[in-house]
Amino acid sequence: METYIVMAVSAIFVNNILLAQGLGSCPYLGTSKSMDTAIGMAMAVIFVLVMAGAATWIADHFLLKPCNIEFLRTLVFILIIASLVQFVEMFMKKSVPSLYAGLGIFLPLITTNCAVMGACLMNINEEYDFLTALINASFLGAGFGIALILFAGVRERIILNNVPEALTDTAIGLVTAGFISLAFMGFQGLG
Amino acid sequence: MSKSIAREFAKGLWSEIPPFRLVLGLCPVLAVTMSVENGIGMGLATTFVLVGSNFLVSLLRNVIPPKIRIACFIIIIATFVTMVEFIMQAYVYPLYLKLGIFIPLIVVNCVVLGRAEAFACKNPILPSLADGLGMGLGFTLSLSLIGAFREVLGNGTFLGLQVFGDAFVPFGVMVKAPGAFVTLGLLLAFMNLVPVKK
Repeated sequence: METYIVMAVSAIFVNNILLAQGLGSCPYLGTSKSMDTAIGMAMAVIFVLVMAGAATWIADHFLLKPCNIEFLRTLVFILIIASLVQFVEMFMKKSVPSLYAGLGIFLPLITTNCAVMGACLMNINEEYDFLTALINASFLGAGFGIALILFAGVRERIILNNVPEALTDTAIGLVTAGFISLAFMGFQGLG
Repeated sequence: MSKSIAREFAKGLWSEIPPFRLVLGLCPVLAVTMSVENGIGMGLATTFVLVGSNFLVSLLRNVIPPKIRIACFIIIIATFVTMVEFIMQAYVYPLYLKLGIFIPLIVVNCVVLGRAEAFACKNPILPSLADGLGMGLGFTLSLSLIGAFREVLGNGTFLGLQVFGDAFVPFGVMVKAPGAFVTLGLLLAFMNLVPVKK
């Protein structure tokens, strides 16, 4: 149990996938302009990350390793993630339309979100067992969500202020992200 | 004809240089540019993938059914990424270890998929090659530039060589994640100051 708590603190705060490792910054800048889209994206990422974590772990241990074709990992993982996203989208549209209305437009974007692919590869590189890999994936997703929602809150206020013309939009967003990331560096030494 | 090819090549180096003009593919930009060496290595690996995927996508552009084109592009890109992974493992192993999971992550770099979708699937082979090469070299240039800023300020070195005297105290935060965000943000702002002639 204790190891899982340490893992949670490490994945959410100390080694935050976005602010400490720089993964997944495209959707970070793209969907953080308003709180609603940020929450939608955060939920979608957590959801897909856990499912992709499970699917890629199973594929790696029962397909790639027994057949000695680990060199195909990149290709197999991206195909799994892409088809999983497609499948989740269809499933949601049919059976949970209310959830689809909220997350729908964010789902296709997740295929090219390197946080998902990155987290799956990390799980394999660390050689976690199935349960640990799942838990780690969900915490990494939660860390991404927290960072995204925090950033959206700050960004909503920036829009109301006068920013020098050259710095508008993405540039000021990146500088802001830098400062949030600086704040998260304060957690280092906890894990 | 040759003029237009030169134009496709040159636009990647200035008027549409990624990631400054086209804000795409930020993950490797932020995560691996701790040093110039990393920047150049990552940039060249991406260039290889870009040129290869642009070539193949353009070659197959009349065969790929439009409905499943994205899936086909991803498979083509993943193939070249796997190739570059092996090449780096064989010839530049220390760099391969340093870049780690970011080499397989070239697969999800939106610059590569973006060029396949926006350019290569609509144009003949030669312009597509020029476009891929230009974009790739532009990307390498940007990565090395960001890497240079971060390495000089954060470590006091350039390509591993000492730049400042012993009295210089490195600005350690620049080689960590916050430095990446701030450097990229400020460089982007500088690029915005310089308008592009249409």
